[in-house]
Amino acid sequence: MSTQAPKNVHLSLHVNGESQEVSFAPYKTLLEVLREDMNLTGTKHGCELGECGACAVLADGVPVLSCLALGLECEGRAIETVEGLANGSKLHPLQAAFADLGGAQCGYCTPGILMTAKALLERDPNPSREKIKEAISGNLCRCTGYQQIYESIEEGARRIREEQR
Amino acid sequence: MSAKKRFDVIGKPRRRVDGRAKVTGLTRFADDVMLPRMVHCKLLRSPLPHAVIESIDVSRAHDYPGVYLVLTGKDFPVTFGILPVTQDEYPLAPERVRYVGDPVAAVIAKDEQTAFEALDLIEVKYKALKTISDPGEALATEEPRIQNYGEQGNIHRLLAYEFGDVEEALAKADHVFDDVFFYQGNTHLPIEQHASVAAVDGEGKLTLWSSTQVPHYVHRALANALQMPPAHVRVIACPNGGGFGGKCDLHNHEIVVSKAAILLGRPVKICLNREEVFYMHRGRHPVTMRLRTGVTKDGKITGMHTQTLLDGGAYGSYGTASTFYTGVLQTVTYEIPRYKFDAARVFTNKPPCGPKRGHGTPQPRFGQEIQLDKIAEKLGVDPAELRLRIVAKPNTLTANWLKIGSIGLAECIRKVVASSDWKNKHRKLPEGRGVGIACGAYLCGAGLPIYWNKMPQSGVQLLLDRSGQVTVFCGATEIGQGSDDVLAAIVAEVLGIDAFDVRVVTGDTGITPVDLGSYSSRVTVMMGNAAIQAAERVRELIAQAAADHMETLPENVGFAHGRVFRADDPGKLMSFREAIVLAEEKFGTLGSVGSYTPPRAPGRYKGAGVGPSPAYSYTACVVETEVDKATGWVNVPRVWIAHDIGRTINPVLARGQVEGSVYMALGEALMEEQVFRRLPPKLSNALVHKIPSLLEYKSLTSLDMPEVFTELVEDPDPNCPFGAKEAGQGPLLPVMPAVANAVYDAVGVRIDELPITPDKVLAALEKKAKGENPRVGPECFPDVPYPEPMLVLPPWEGGDGNAINAPRRSAPKEKVAS
Repeated sequence: MSTQAPKNVHLSLHVNGESQEVSFAPYKTLLEVLREDMNLTGTKHGCELGECGACAVLADGVPVLSCLALGLECEGRAIETVEGLANGSKLHPLQAAFADLGGAQCGYCTPGILMTAKALLERDPNPSREKIKEAISGNLCRCTGYQQIYESIEEGARRIREEQR
Repeated sequence: MSAKKRFDVIGKPRRRVDGRAKVTGLTRFADDVMLPRMVHCKLLRSPLPHAVIESIDVSRAHDYPGVYLVLTGKDFPVTFGILPVTQDEYPLAPERVRYVGDPVAAVIAKDEQTAFEALDLIEVKYKALKTISDPGEALATEEPRIQNYGEQGNIHRLLAYEFGDVEEALAKADHVFDDVFFYQGNTHLPIEQHASVAAVDGEGKLTLWSSTQVPHYVHRALANALQMPPAHVRVIACPNGGGFGGKCDLHNHEIVVSKAAILLGRPVKICLNREEVFYMHRGRHPVTMRLRTGVTKDGKITGMHTQTLLDGGAYGSYGTASTFYTGVLQTVTYEIPRYKFDAARVFTNKPPCGPKRGHGTPQPRFGQEIQLDKIAEKLGVDPAELRLRIVAKPNTLTANWLKIGSIGLAECIRKVVASSDWKNKHRKLPEGRGVGIACGAYLCGAGLPIYWNKMPQSGVQLLLDRSGQVTVFCGATEIGQGSDDVLAAIVAEVLGIDAFDVRVVTGDTGITPVDLGSYSSRVTVMMGNAAIQAAERVRELIAQAAADHMETLPENVGFAHGRVFRADDPGKLMSFREAIVLAEEKFGTLGSVGSYTPPRAPGRYKGAGVGPSPAYSYTACVVETEVDKATGWVNVPRVWIAHDIGRTINPVLARGQVEGSVYMALGEALMEEQVFRRLPPKLSNALVHKIPSLLEYKSLTSLDMPEVFTELVEDPDPNCPFGAKEAGQGPLLPVMPAVANAVYDAVGVRIDELPITPDKVLAALEKKAKGENPRVGPECFPDVPYPEPMLVLPPWEGGDGNAINAPRRSAPKEKVAS
């Protein structure tokens, strides 16, 4: 065991459309860097072992488990977290649908599911129920029984399609 | 409040008032609390299940760079425990560890990594004691005792109650059914890991932010553990990232970080890792049970005898209450003229069990509802029809003196029978497919608090001012179930404003009136009644002021849609804000309080305090299964469930509670197990959790979740706010036995234990193929030294609610100490 603390790395991360200089211990995960060094506590953790999906964020549009990615690896990648979903104070249609239809109960798994759903809708703007189930099968929710989450994603997708028409 | 009133807020599907915060990541959970100068705590936990601590050397950890403080048992002389009768826990074990995971030391350091590294430098010498791993060993082992209190040896509690002569009732029955069941333990598995932050404020007082469901109980117990005046301690329950009963105890780490914050004068945080959450547990007790039920040939129950044996783990926790709950609520669903229950809880060297959704009642409910299925088959009666014949009547007493008010169970049964097309499916689906039905009932709040007092169980305070704002304060705790929304909705309904016009401040013992917390499904009923009282009181002031202005009488003033108006002339109106200004002019600063204490229960015997509730909720459920006879795999494609909710406050949330209950219940029915194994002898032979990870502890994913058809039955209960009962726990209860009954319908095998895993189904199918009894489950009920029962006559046999004998206590009580 080393008694010498490892030296911090200093780099620029691109999060929610902004570049930010950040300095952190090199062993830190993206999850820890977001929460502890960038004050973006909207991203949650349930296991820190890649098992629950609570910490999912988007990296270049693809869902990644931020507890399994090193902060170091993320330089140059476009990271999106739940804090970047709303447009100013206007909720993203997925957020609004989750709030309206009971997609969030305790709200702890919600940020991870919202980000996963956003990536799904970018690939498939009108996904079937089966596609939705498959997309969020890595995100555990202990509150809802998932049905109101499916309905929220379907409603969010409908609202996005309507906006784009 | 008149049942005929048309509601503006109540019953309308709405976005919950805290919905926006939850979807934007703004909800501040305990681990999201980040304070300047904050340092981090990690706990060293025992690697042995049962041992004496011979020595602890913390000197190397203390000297490690970045470490500020190391604490051990000697820093905490006072024991604690959530129930006053079981003060058996230490924040850090001073002399003895009782399960793998029992905390023995704490390191507080500049960051988590440093604290974690320093844990390795603490040297603890243990002398191993015999491990008691299951109830059989606990019953057989007098010494060593895991705790030096309790009934005898390693028996924590023994209970025995008899309400009328049950043996006589069984002797007079046409049939007596005698079945033994086993319900494996399982855990809450909230996605949020427990976290706490403690800090000393500018006045030198302590604040604890924590993931807790019970800030009031934590406040009380924490002040005692730290030997501080409670008025100098403030506990803030952050919104919980799921609770399910797992955040209802005062936990070791909450005391440790509080002490550390006081000693260091800077904020201290701890967040448990997932493995620690599994060891923290306080979840579902494993219960072995025997049910003997006498029935007439037309299916009426003549009497029932329930015996239970609970594996409690190493400490008391809520176990005394859990033990009662394995018996007391068996009587509120069906007419049972005579009833007897014996219950026992034993200590074992495992993480303590406690309350999980349904607290102690899902286990005997599982047995009872499977047994009813067996009874129906034997009598040749449809199991839904059998239940309809024996459903308890409204406004009656049970044999054990519980007061049933409204009961919408018959309607629930009829609804699921219709929606599932039961009559065309039961015993009629092709081999391998089946349906099963079961029912359940639950409390709408425990009638008594966990410590004896005559004060209200929920208090609500309102603040209104000339800006038009309405702020409601209540100690109730938002754990995801939507209690903040219920509070806002009730105040809004009474004042005729929108729920979003109410600011909600909850779960903070420093600024909100006492509410006992989010457990026993008590919040809607108790907080709701207190909120109605507070809101009606302030509405009366506003009505008086508005009446003067509109030249009418206060009772002729209406409130709706943000307006205050003359009921006989709705053209004469003002805005709610204008009315508040008038009231503030007339009465000065506006505010009001409301409080709620449940009605006194009719039972008078010792122990009658567990089971009473202002109301009971009821649920019926049909589950469909597909059983693969080659693999034993049970698939559940569809569930129909109807819940008697009294009245729905917000249908979006109510449905979410019901479906979430079905989800959690299916996990318990099919896969979830809190089970233990021995490490190999060459390691330590220690009894450890078999699967302490979210990956290995199997729970349903979105791919496993069936379609759920939910119906809400509204039969408003006069004891409840606008008639609204609970929805968060009751709907879990019928699902597990309905799955077991559906497996029987599908392939003709009885799995009398949970979870129903493929190996058990295959074993039963194999027995069936050999012509043996096609059943998997415990063969017999262990020999438990239950005492002579306390005898209480049922209300219809001349009883007055008192016991008619002086029961023998089986062993003298010892003082709690270690």
